[in-house]
Amino acid sequence: MSTETSAKPKRTIGGWLLIAVPYAWLLVFFLAPFFIVFKISLSEVAIAIPPYLPTFDISAGWQDFKDGLSQLSFENYVWLTEDALYWKSYLSSVTIAGTSTALTLLFGYPIAYGMARCPKAWRPTLLMLVILPFWTSFLIRVYAWIGILKNEGLLNQVLLWLGVIDQPLVILNTNIAVYIGIVYSYLPFLVLPLYANLEKLDESLLEAAEDLGCPAWKAFWKITLPLSLPGVIAGCFLVFIPAVGEFVIPDLLGGSNTLMIGKTLWVEFFANRDWPVSSAVAVILLLLLVIPIVLFQNQQQKMGEKDA
Amino acid sequence: MAKKPIGPVRRVFAPWKDPNAVPFIEFRNVTKRFGDFTAVNNLSLKVYEREFFALLGGSGCGKTTLMRMLGGFETPTEGQILLEGQDLAGVPPFRRPTNMMFQSYALFPHMTVEGNIAFGLKQDKMAKADIEERVQEMLRLTKLQPFAKRKPHQLSGGQRQRVALARSLAKKPKVLLLDEPLGALDKKLREETQFELTALQESLKMTFMIVTHDQEEAMTVADRIAVMEAGEIIQVATPAEIYETPNSRFVADFIGDVNLIEAKVMETSEAGTKLQAVGEDFQIETSQKVGVNVGASVWYAIRPEKIRIVLGEEPLHKVNATSAVVWDIAYLGDVSIFHSKVGEDHTLRSTVANVTRLVERPISWDEQVVLSWDGDAGVILTS
Amino acid sequence: MRNGPTWFNVTSIALGFSFLYLPIVILVIFSFNESKLVTVWGGFSTKWYASLLHNQQLLDAAWVTLRIAVLSATLATVLGTMAALVLVRSGRFHGRSLFSGMIFAPLVMPDVILGLSLLLLFVAVDQSRGFWTVMLAHTTFAMCYVAVVVQSRLVGFDKSIEEAAEDLGCPPAKTFFQITLPIIFPGVIAGWMLAFTLSLDDLVVASFTTGPGATTLPMKIYSQVRLGVTPEINAVCTILVCLVTLGVIAASIATKRQQIQREKDERAAFGAD
Repeated sequence: MSTETSAKPKRTIGGWLLIAVPYAWLLVFFLAPFFIVFKISLSEVAIAIPPYLPTFDISAGWQDFKDGLSQLSFENYVWLTEDALYWKSYLSSVTIAGTSTALTLLFGYPIAYGMARCPKAWRPTLLMLVILPFWTSFLIRVYAWIGILKNEGLLNQVLLWLGVIDQPLVILNTNIAVYIGIVYSYLPFLVLPLYANLEKLDESLLEAAEDLGCPAWKAFWKITLPLSLPGVIAGCFLVFIPAVGEFVIPDLLGGSNTLMIGKTLWVEFFANRDWPVSSAVAVILLLLLVIPIVLFQNQQQKMGEKDA
Repeated sequence: MAKKPIGPVRRVFAPWKDPNAVPFIEFRNVTKRFGDFTAVNNLSLKVYEREFFALLGGSGCGKTTLMRMLGGFETPTEGQILLEGQDLAGVPPFRRPTNMMFQSYALFPHMTVEGNIAFGLKQDKMAKADIEERVQEMLRLTKLQPFAKRKPHQLSGGQRQRVALARSLAKKPKVLLLDEPLGALDKKLREETQFELTALQESLKMTFMIVTHDQEEAMTVADRIAVMEAGEIIQVATPAEIYETPNSRFVADFIGDVNLIEAKVMETSEAGTKLQAVGEDFQIETSQKVGVNVGASVWYAIRPEKIRIVLGEEPLHKVNATSAVVWDIAYLGDVSIFHSKVGEDHTLRSTVANVTRLVERPISWDEQVVLSWDGDAGVILTS
Repeated sequence: MRNGPTWFNVTSIALGFSFLYLPIVILVIFSFNESKLVTVWGGFSTKWYASLLHNQQLLDAAWVTLRIAVLSATLATVLGTMAALVLVRSGRFHGRSLFSGMIFAPLVMPDVILGLSLLLLFVAVDQSRGFWTVMLAHTTFAMCYVAVVVQSRLVGFDKSIEEAAEDLGCPPAKTFFQITLPIIFPGVIAGWMLAFTLSLDDLVVASFTTGPGATTLPMKIYSQVRLGVTPEINAVCTILVCLVTLGVIAASIATKRQQIQREKDERAAFGAD
């Protein structure tokens, strides 16, 4: 029997307030700032407080506002295309994030699969063990790798002692360290949605496949993998999108030639104090991420509808 | 409505037959649409005080929506709902003098049985001692005293059902709404509970309205049944009337098992109607008078238990009787159902009570039989 | 289970979990290192923990961080719970997709963008930066996480329980506090804990939105890490890891106990018909 409520329920004052408060908060503290970022990205840098021109003073009236408006320009964006540093940063961010996502998937899929195929009694514990690192500080987890990866670090000590190498490997301050850092930090983001998906997989499907003459390994390719694709996609988005804008990992583990846009923005902002250019960098980064974010949301929505 | 003592003499309770009776609940041309979907379509209905009224229909027929509109959980798109002559439009659920027992029971999981029952009373700011007394009364009524301090998850399905019932009864509502109240119980418990519900309704002298898809349940508990389909009421009548004189093929088919025979009207007279079965060589004669012309297409509906089956080649007259061949027999323990082929493409079902222990079937597969019935055992349907 | 865990499954889980936990375990071990060199074991010692107690700057930063985390987590829980209710219960309204977009976008938005945009907002309205601006910034992104956690709890909630309360005479607002909130409370608590640890953890957004006198612990750790790995930082990290781990384990044991008790009760009640 349909107990669905009507499409547009009658709302009381309380009902409106419930919507209005969080809505207003997000408009003010999430959406409005983006417009300000955009506006400032059109300004020019100045030695002042705040360090950009023009500044709008609401009290100065309309004329002043119009004067200010005419001073805005796309100069900073032109600058972004002229200086190779920026587009190289964007490109390298996407490549590093893409590579790390692929590595995370390669590493995370067997874990998620193994967990989903474990006896039921273990699963909650395993699940908690995956979630637990997520609760501990991101910064600490990245920091922990410095001691392991550096030239005289633990990894090199162990490898030297085992006789695998006779010269310490240079890993810290290279892109490899960044890959390790991203895989390590974002692994739970991939394993969780994938596990949730794989756990729901009806085992009798595999039994049916085998019953119909399909060997187990082939059943994995033909049944398990295609059915787990929504989980794979969700997990990959959850790793890729934040990894593109990552700052802490390339800053602490990467070298001086590791270019990532988050780091570039940070340097532009804190070291060069060039707020307009860092705003322009942020706008471009945002535009770059809008596509995967929208794709991700659509996919989530579709999955939600399917479940409902 | 005059308050007659309604006790064991239940048969005389029939306010719907009294033209002067004032309806207790009235739906006036109520329509409810969800987007493009019309759940309830221009429906009018009168329910009387102290009646046990059932809304019966398949899934998606609008019965739950109709009840939820009375409870205040849905707003009618058009039309009016009146309770004791008062229009309920704009009255939110928490101000309506109706209480509902939900299909999922909707017990508050963080409250004890007592807490659940007392919840509605506390909303009315009833005095503490009175609440205590009423809760005890409800616990007694539903035989839940030993479980008063338990939480819902510590109860069995049947006990939860009784808590839900006690909670919705505690406020002594003007109308108790029951949304598939026994759906989650197993068959045996359901049957027991049906009788308990009827007894409860009689002793409390309250108006009950039940939504169910189970025709047996509706027939057991209700004074009157409204059979619904696609947002409309097809027939409102007592269980016996619904079963014996359905007003349409839909109702006949929905309630119980029925043989529907397509026929043409041969003759209409003061004495009744004569029909010719379409594609077959037998006739049907009944004393029922129908307002259709000779030659019109009608259906003759007859229940399987009303068809007699005996071994034999041919009936004397092929009026209210026909010859047939047994095609299949289903043995159900208490009864056996015979499927007999009449001509090439018709089968008639007849049930025979197994009055003796079945050692050898008196009638077996592929045997030639004669089927016969009283003309008035069935009913002519024009729609 | 059909075949039981295969060798492949066991190996991949074992490798995966050692990868996840080894770095943290090593970090904890070396916080007890006598030697100043983090990578050379010089014997067991707790001297770095003792020296923490005398590091006034670090203690100040910890105190600031804790206050920000408690305040922002609480505010974020209120706002996030409201947002979750809107997402699950409010049906359609104008700007609903913008609303859900604003809830989900911060979950994947790079910190640098969030931090920069909030800073520019505070500059634009001429708000001096410090404790309160960090608190507001943390509330903003944490409320989205809370909304998602509470939403998942609300989705599995039988709406007829609320209807039953209203049917029994309880007005909607009261129904929320007497019925809905107690039932979704575990989700709300989980949301608060998540918001709390997110705030405790945040470096980037805090770096952008803070001002003089409001240095948070992650900022302090970050600036020291850039100078090199020290056992003292290992000690701080160990304390943080232990606190969070204890909290999460305690919470999950409590839930597990409840669940076991519940199952036991249900089994006992079963068959009483």
